[in-house]
Amino acid sequence: MNLLKIAWSNIRFKPMNTLLSIVLLSFGIGIITLMLLLEKQLGEKFNRNIKDIDFVLAAKGSPLQSILANVYHVDVPTGNIKVADAERIIKNPMVEKAIPLAYGDNYEKWRIVGTNADYPAHYGCVVKEGRMFEEPFEATIGALVARETGLKIGSNFVSSHGFDNADGDAHHHEKPFTVVGIFETSDCVIDNLILTPVASTWLVHETEEEEKPFANTAPAAETKPEETPPAAPVQQYENKELTGDEVMKQMAAEAKMIMPGMVKKVDNNREMTAYLIIKRNRGAFGLLSNMTKDTNMELANVAVQNNRLLNNFGIGMDTVLAIAILISIISFLSIFISLINSLKERKYELALMRTMGGTRSKIFALILLEGLVLVVLGYIVGLLLSRLGLVVLSSFIKDKFHYNISDLGITKADLALLAITIFVGIVASLLPAIKALKIDISKTLANG
Amino acid sequence: MLHTNNLKFEYPDGPSFVFPNIQCGKGEHLLILGESGKGKTTLLHLLAGMLQAQGGEVSIAGQNISGMKDAALDQYRGEHIGIVFQTAHFMEAMGVEDNLIMPQYLTNKAIQRERARALLTRFNLLHKAKQKPNALSVGEQQRVAIARAVINNPSVILADEPTSALDDKNADEVIALLEQQARDTGACLVIVTHDKRLKDKFSKQIVL
Repeated sequence: MNLLKIAWSNIRFKPMNTLLSIVLLSFGIGIITLMLLLEKQLGEKFNRNIKDIDFVLAAKGSPLQSILANVYHVDVPTGNIKVADAERIIKNPMVEKAIPLAYGDNYEKWRIVGTNADYPAHYGCVVKEGRMFEEPFEATIGALVARETGLKIGSNFVSSHGFDNADGDAHHHEKPFTVVGIFETSDCVIDNLILTPVASTWLVHETEEEEKPFANTAPAAETKPEETPPAAPVQQYENKELTGDEVMKQMAAEAKMIMPGMVKKVDNNREMTAYLIIKRNRGAFGLLSNMTKDTNMELANVAVQNNRLLNNFGIGMDTVLAIAILISIISFLSIFISLINSLKERKYELALMRTMGGTRSKIFALILLEGLVLVVLGYIVGLLLSRLGLVVLSSFIKDKFHYNISDLGITKADLALLAITIFVGIVASLLPAIKALKIDISKTLANG
Repeated sequence: MLHTNNLKFEYPDGPSFVFPNIQCGKGEHLLILGESGKGKTTLLHLLAGMLQAQGGEVSIAGQNISGMKDAALDQYRGEHIGIVFQTAHFMEAMGVEDNLIMPQYLTNKAIQRERARALLTRFNLLHKAKQKPNALSVGEQQRVAIARAVINNPSVILADEPTSALDDKNADEVIALLEQQARDTGACLVIVTHDKRLKDKFSKQIVL
């Protein structure tokens, strides 16, 4: 026999009151912790993905979309830009580093991004198995891609056009990619990408439909490939009867020629989706942005757009959070009311406890303990609910954006919330406990 | 065991009482009879230390309880006085056996479930040990209340109208049990009542 056992018996004796208090509190707590978890995990994810990238140079459109597409890889790009135009900006001394991104294809909804080794290096992402891509149609894939698709080193795969239409209706390219390496898990966007040299993404379209641009640029007229003569080198591949290896070698040779910055004779009509820019000095944005006038390009400021995103996101979060806090307050109120109510019914037995040797402090502690057991139970159920919610949300987000946010561990916020819950629980049971303490045992028992 | 001296009590805006001195030795049984409004319950509460008298003193097992402080008084009461009320009250959420050991727990004594079970056996209630008190009949409840009053082997057993809610058969049973328990533990038994049925059963009587 101890006070906790007595408190527990009393709580179980009123199952409906108990249920109401616990359901309310667990919903309140559950939603609050879920919001905090989401905010923390998404915020961390966003920050890891931004990682010192200052601007994104991409086609005119919405700057926010430009960030979503090229930094977070959750939206479609705004279009393509000419390498020649872009070079005027990225060669500016105010630009410390510019990472090229060229894409438009996917493999089973995982984005294939043409870039160079600077991109993974920027995130501190290292190759775990195999090596970094070097030649066109070599691919080094993110850890999550490898895990989800089962692609291994040496695996071949064929890309499809677009970003999320991996199903049969999409156009499939014929040139297969070969996996040459797998990145270590980095908890940033590289995990979800298939990286390949920029040249691959150019070649993949040239070899088939020269005139068909990327998915999001204006579609070309409905011409069939055989009606238009393909570009000269490509024609060569297709007319001569070459083996697959020979085709690859030739294409690689061409690709090396056209890798930006490697050879001066870059074809100025080549296109790129975007450049991620790290600035050298302050105030670069205004000047560089001015240089995009009269082009189809736009410079998006990552910090500004990210704040816009988080603010919009934050309003929704705050609303949900406010509702959750309201539910929690109601639940504390319900605990308070049920303790006060039960006091009326129980004043005989509380007076009785005094006649059997129970001191005032013991009775005070008993009522406090009953309130505490309720809030701690509500907290535990709420914590479980929040984790369940996170698993559900995470599978949704993972499906949609390949974002993994399923860290279910206990956070500092959870512990802070436990402390607050216990504190408010004590406050809610304080008045009932004081009332219990003041019961006049003689009057109570004389009337019974 | 129990004696009082010049006990006086006055309700703030109600009646005032002056009680005759009471003496009750070890193993003695005392019946205090009185009509309604004569202060029977007030006297019992004064004896139990549940009320503080405005004059006079109550001494139980050699200790003057009139001047004792709250917590010490609660403890002393739990250890030395067993009280049976007119209507039996229990910790409703707990079983009969758990209710019986409550005085042991509340006075910080070792929990002796065997003693509780022995009492239940003697009172023919063992089969109800796990049941909730409100599932018992009124007569059974009063028997459990007596068992609870004696579980700590008190020096004094105080009973307030223990039979008024019971029929003749149950009333006889309850009085027999009270007397037997008082004899077994050598306690002094004080019953306050207006129940005329008890008049012939006790040789030592005080009429208020």
